[in-house]
Amino acid sequence: MAEFLMPTLGADMTEGTLVQWKKRIGDRIAKGEIIAEVDTEKAAIEVECHASGIVEQLLTKPGDKVPVGTVMAIIREAGQPAAAAVQPQHIAPQPVTPSRIPPVAKTAPASSPGTRLRISPAARTLAAERGIDPAGLQGTGPEGAITLDDVTRALASDVKVTAPLTMAERQARMRQTIAAAMARSKREIPHYYLSTTIDMSRALAWLTTENGCRPVTERLLVSVLFIKAVALALRQVPELNALWKDGDAVRSERIHIGTAISLRQGGLVAPALHDADRADLGDLMQRFQDLVKRARAGSLRSSELSDATITVTSLGEQGVETVFGVIYPPQVALVGFGKVVERPWVADGQVVPRPVVTLSLSADHRVSDGHRGGLFLAEIDRLLQEPQSL
Amino acid sequence: MTTTPSDADTRAQILRLLGEIAPEADLACLNPDVSFREQLDLDSMDFLNFVVALHKAFHIEIPETDYPKYMTLNGCVAQVAASRT
Repeated sequence: MAEFLMPTLGADMTEGTLVQWKKRIGDRIAKGEIIAEVDTEKAAIEVECHASGIVEQLLTKPGDKVPVGTVMAIIREAGQPAAAAVQPQHIAPQPVTPSRIPPVAKTAPASSPGTRLRISPAARTLAAERGIDPAGLQGTGPEGAITLDDVTRALASDVKVTAPLTMAERQARMRQTIAAAMARSKREIPHYYLSTTIDMSRALAWLTTENGCRPVTERLLVSVLFIKAVALALRQVPELNALWKDGDAVRSERIHIGTAISLRQGGLVAPALHDADRADLGDLMQRFQDLVKRARAGSLRSSELSDATITVTSLGEQGVETVFGVIYPPQVALVGFGKVVERPWVADGQVVPRPVVTLSLSADHRVSDGHRGGLFLAEIDRLLQEPQSL
Repeated sequence: MTTTPSDADTRAQILRLLGEIAPEADLACLNPDVSFREQLDLDSMDFLNFVVALHKAFHIEIPETDYPKYMTLNGCVAQVAASRT
């Protein structure tokens, strides 16, 4: 049996509120599939399951506030017998909005997966109007059909209804979460900072030519070149591709780049682009577009919020020339790109105008030192001088 | 300034596309001659998505070198109109 636990979806996250289950008892689930939607201080997150099998038990119900690490569901993996019933852990109920959260079946559902749901038209209409998934209800009508009374009872027994968080309240909570993570970072991580200036003329010329050959739907942004260069440079300096856990740096085998994305209503998130070193630029760009879109729509996945080992932030569009970043714990480094600006540059003994960008590194001195950090920045520079190789 | 009905339709459609990218923006207050990026805090990803949306809505090719022409509402309307002639 595999246990599905409330995951950590960000630094200093201690609990999350179950919004809804995406699977029912008896459903088959594959590793990586979404099993639940969880509300955190920052946003509602789709949480992936890390095991494959049959959903044996759901131990928490929508609206429950669940501490990180709590067993929320039991997954029966292939070849295993059914489990003995597990007692749900004591979890404080949290008021929720019925329009988003269907109630959970008290006993057996009115249908099993793949069979037609028995439900009266009136019950179906009311359930749809109130946002209830009728598949999760116990039917008391003929042959277990769901009646209007069943839906009415479900509504009446639902947890207390309160207004959803206002935008201002959600922003305030996000600010508090960011504050807690950044305060912890400054309190615990001995940062060191390095920066270098990079000649961007080759990279920008290559990008212009490349985009001239691409349809508008497949064009690249310079930020994708930055992300790819950072990902490849981490292969050369792997100590920066790590998480600080229990007093030690744990290196990651794979390279997942956190990308700082500002949200239009304020605040930011830094979800991961998985395996960024292995993706070609076109693929990386499509995934980056999708990530930004979903970050702003509030539909990120749990692995995207927990897998990054380093964050890339680009503030050039705000006119910033140099970033002095704060590491997002438990990561051990943050890379910042500033604005691409025209500056006098000495090349072959001549002073010439060149587009340049300031690249900066904030790194954890417990894990790396300035020598390795400097090599890392030099490698990023080298890669951006050969953009065709990215 | 008078506008032809087709220009008005184009303008409305462009505003609808902008609204999808910056849903929190008050587009009624948009100055048609001032850059979107300046007024709506669009970043390069937003602007690229806007260009893609224009391409799909009006079936026009927009080379990267023409991006500056699409930075304002009036600029977009003029470019869409020019593409139809």
